[in-house]
Amino acid sequence: MSDRQVYMDHGATTPVREEVLEAMLPFLREQYGNPSSVHAKGRAVRSAVENAREKTALALGANTEEIYFTSGGTESNNIALRGAAKKQKKPGHIITSVVEHHAVLDVCRDLEKEGHRVTYLPVDSSGLLDPAAVEKAITPETFIISIMAANNEIGTLQPVGEIGAIAAGHNILFHTDAVQVTGQLPVDVKKLQVDLLSLSAHKFNGPKGVGALYRRKGVKIDPLYRGGGQERKLRPGTENVPGIIGLSRALELSVEEIPRKTKTLQSLRDRLIRGLLKIDDVVLNGHPEKRLPGNVNVSFKYIEGESILLGLDMQGIAASSGSACSSGSLDPSHVLSAIGLDHHTAHGSIRFTMGWGNSEADLDYVLDKVPGVVEKLRLISPMGKSV
Amino acid sequence: MYNEKVVDHFNNPRNVGELADADAVGETGSFKCGDTMTLYLKVKDGIIEDVSFQTYGCGAAIASSSMLTEMVKGKTLEQALKISNQDVADELGGLPPLKLHCSNLAADALHNAIADYRSKYEAGKTG
Ligand SMILES: Cc1ncc(COP(=O)(O)O)c(C=O)c1O
Ligand SMILES: [Zn+2]
Repeated sequence: MSDRQVYMDHGATTPVREEVLEAMLPFLREQYGNPSSVHAKGRAVRSAVENAREKTALALGANTEEIYFTSGGTESNNIALRGAAKKQKKPGHIITSVVEHHAVLDVCRDLEKEGHRVTYLPVDSSGLLDPAAVEKAITPETFIISIMAANNEIGTLQPVGEIGAIAAGHNILFHTDAVQVTGQLPVDVKKLQVDLLSLSAHKFNGPKGVGALYRRKGVKIDPLYRGGGQERKLRPGTENVPGIIGLSRALELSVEEIPRKTKTLQSLRDRLIRGLLKIDDVVLNGHPEKRLPGNVNVSFKYIEGESILLGLDMQGIAASSGSACSSGSLDPSHVLSAIGLDHHTAHGSIRFTMGWGNSEADLDYVLDKVPGVVEKLRLISPMGKSV
Repeated sequence: MYNEKVVDHFNNPRNVGELADADAVGETGSFKCGDTMTLYLKVKDGIIEDVSFQTYGCGAAIASSSMLTEMVKGKTLEQALKISNQDVADELGGLPPLKLHCSNLAADALHNAIADYRSKYEAGKTG
């Protein structure tokens, strides 16, 4: 439809960088050995996998043996939460928040069915969790606290360091879903005092279907699968070698670039927010400052998100929405409801997530096109102001 | 996700806006997703002479509203009453299953508009 394509959906997934692809290719070609094999072909690949583990650990301030490769964020979250629950001799208590990704929330709902009790802590209107509320929720049965580092929809950054200190003080496991923040902002597992941390390669210009779980040394969780004993039995199965290589290369590159990239993305983000707020009846969702560098989430009053996405798509602009019509479940996003948006405002929400490759010129284009898309839909809407 | 015809109706919606001196108005809303639609009719001698719509909703809701206005123009009220939500979706060449309920606004708004018309202009005749 449109000649120009502007991808502003990096929160959903990101393109694989050329350097990452280059690093992966040998492992899809001649380096096909099984890392568990004794022969030279296997040993060479084993050494590459362990090298990738070292790089991944380095990027997080972890020790090499604390990194376990998985199939992505979803699996890392499942291993952390279910694995910790499996270790309990009797049903216990879990603390999490209402704005977690479904890969945490729905695991918690399942664990409730298995007899565990879960506290879903509320957030304020900017999406922030109060660390004091976490401490208050702790009971003698609490065995794990799981709070995301950054929200995937509204980008709000949680005070994970403070929560980590609270968990450590009470000797309770602390897991954080750091899928959105890894490669975007510095992550140091020691500073954050996390015991378990989930990340996913496709959110930082790595391949899809590969992630990692950081497990602090000494933290005991039971594996969910049994098999050949790979990943020190925590996640058995022949390793996704090209994926692991791609993950470690992408993480290395993105962490190295954080100082420069963060500034660029923040300035793009703030410019986009300012530009969008110039349109009538637009509100910003999430926190004005404590948010992911590339995340913009706004609601356009009087019109619905999926139709805005479609209008943007016609202009070659890729974004996403938390509206009921675009959710598949016909409910607006649980995150937007949790920050207190009424159905109507949630229904008109659009998320632009910028990342590697986005430029000022992309922003010029988006800011040029959005008002027209919005105006056109408002003319159709019975709630829109007629001109 | 949407076929070409749906995209065309979304991009170039027919008969948009409020109809000045409409004879009847029908509104409907989906409690499920929050989409709403208003349909305006001008009726002469039992025939729908003109029609327009306003819709707050997704691509499917807008496209079905637009499609419906094309389907009813020139039809008698009797013929128009027979149009179902399924007919509108069929005329559009189909909609993704999940979006069908979003398109269920159009025929409902039409039926409400016809009921509005009858209560205003035909009540005397039959009663
Ligand atoms: C916060 C968060 N957690 C978990 C996931 C799931 O990650 P993956 O797609 O790698 O399973 C995502 C990605 O959508 C996410 O944004
Ligand atoms: Zn809809």
